[in-house]
Amino acid sequence: MKRQELLVAALENGTVIDHIPSDKLFEVVNVLHLERMKTSITVGYNLKSEKMGHKSIIKIAGKFFSDEELNQLSVISPNVTLCIIRDYEVVEKKEVRMPDVLKGIVKCANPKCISNNEPMRTHFHVIDKEKGILQCHYCNTETDLDHVKLV
Amino acid sequence: MEDRSLVTIADHSKEKIMYLIRMAQEFEMHTNRKILDGKIVATLFFEPSTRTRLSFETAANRLGARVIGFTDPKVTSSTKGETLKDTIMMVSNYADLIVMRHYLEGAARYASEVSPIPIINAGDGANQHPSQTMLDLYSMYKTQGTLDNLNIYLVGDLKYGRTVHSLLMAMRHFNPTFHFIAPEELAMPEVYKLYCNKHNIRFVEHTDFNEDTIAGADILYMTRVQRERFTDLMEYEKVKDRYLLKLHMLRKARPNMKILHPLPRVNEIEYAIDDDPHAYYFEQAHNGLFTRQALICDALGITLEDIKADKTIIN
Repeated sequence: MKRQELLVAALENGTVIDHIPSDKLFEVVNVLHLERMKTSITVGYNLKSEKMGHKSIIKIAGKFFSDEELNQLSVISPNVTLCIIRDYEVVEKKEVRMPDVLKGIVKCANPKCISNNEPMRTHFHVIDKEKGILQCHYCNTETDLDHVKLV
Repeated sequence: MEDRSLVTIADHSKEKIMYLIRMAQEFEMHTNRKILDGKIVATLFFEPSTRTRLSFETAANRLGARVIGFTDPKVTSSTKGETLKDTIMMVSNYADLIVMRHYLEGAARYASEVSPIPIINAGDGANQHPSQTMLDLYSMYKTQGTLDNLNIYLVGDLKYGRTVHSLLMAMRHFNPTFHFIAPEELAMPEVYKLYCNKHNIRFVEHTDFNEDTIAGADILYMTRVQRERFTDLMEYEKVKDRYLLKLHMLRKARPNMKILHPLPRVNEIEYAIDDDPHAYYFEQAHNGLFTRQALICDALGITLEDIKADKTIIN
């Protein structure tokens, strides 16, 4: 494929997270704790996309996430594309998969849940991956992903 | 350490439930013992619940344990901003077992995760109340001779009533048929109906409540329709007197039918029924003593064999 233009600088080694809906960009930054990283990160915001109209992209140099970390993205944006880059080449493409358990990522919707009243990590079981239904490990309240709030 | 905490009855297998029932039978035969001599049970009631606390404390005392704890959250440090975890860690230095009631949902699960000693959930908000479920199961077993294939009629507030939800889940092992009798506004939530479908539990829904609808019942489980549950008070006024059990409604009842109620009752069971042989709610509360003795012993690692071999019985 011939590239007309490269909107964001190429990466030598690291991870590219592509096709992020632009309104979800900062949530992705938060979930992966990119603000704490020391390596260089390039963020492209509101780029033109044939597939999506507008998209955002994040390129993180020198960082390879564990599957567990990346699967957390499924909560925010299940359709992102992940490319692992080594020596300027895409060596692996990954899809985000909804994990069975989400710890410390989303908040329980039940204000009377212990997890909203105690300094502790939230814990959810994903009980329906297709419909995106989560159940709180503590109070058993069910929430769907469209209405979930991040910690 | 093996986790011996009791958070929800839904975690228990059929075998475990029957095992606890057999244990409670032993305690019903011989209630006063010294089997827990030297043990300390802490009852932490972050929300007042007099009858549950008295039942647990009596259960522990009649087995020779000593009881420490608090009955009113106003006297504890949680009002000073202490976390639940800190309270649990502190008390676990002193006691062998914690019986905990809390106003927040999921508090018992969390406490069981941080506590080095076992926790028995004595109610966490609207979530779980497993000792109530255990005494309901024991009462049903004792009056019907079995838990299998029973026709269980649940009446009143099926939307918020946590006892009926726990009972429904615990009964999934026993091939029951449920009848849900409630006003539309307090009908059994969809999630529990899905649960029934998933576990092949048969159920029938009714909105009317009369002698014909309850004629097939083995167990008639009454709950209170509470005014504060209604958003529309007109709706409450319309339904409040429709789910009251009157003596004449028992005319067609099966001879083995027993009326259960988690108590406190207000007016949903006519007082004249108290002397009727179908009434069972006071004995049901009494059964709570034996089942809580079983739950306390099980949490402390005392087995049915230990109890059968117990030489500390006081006559």
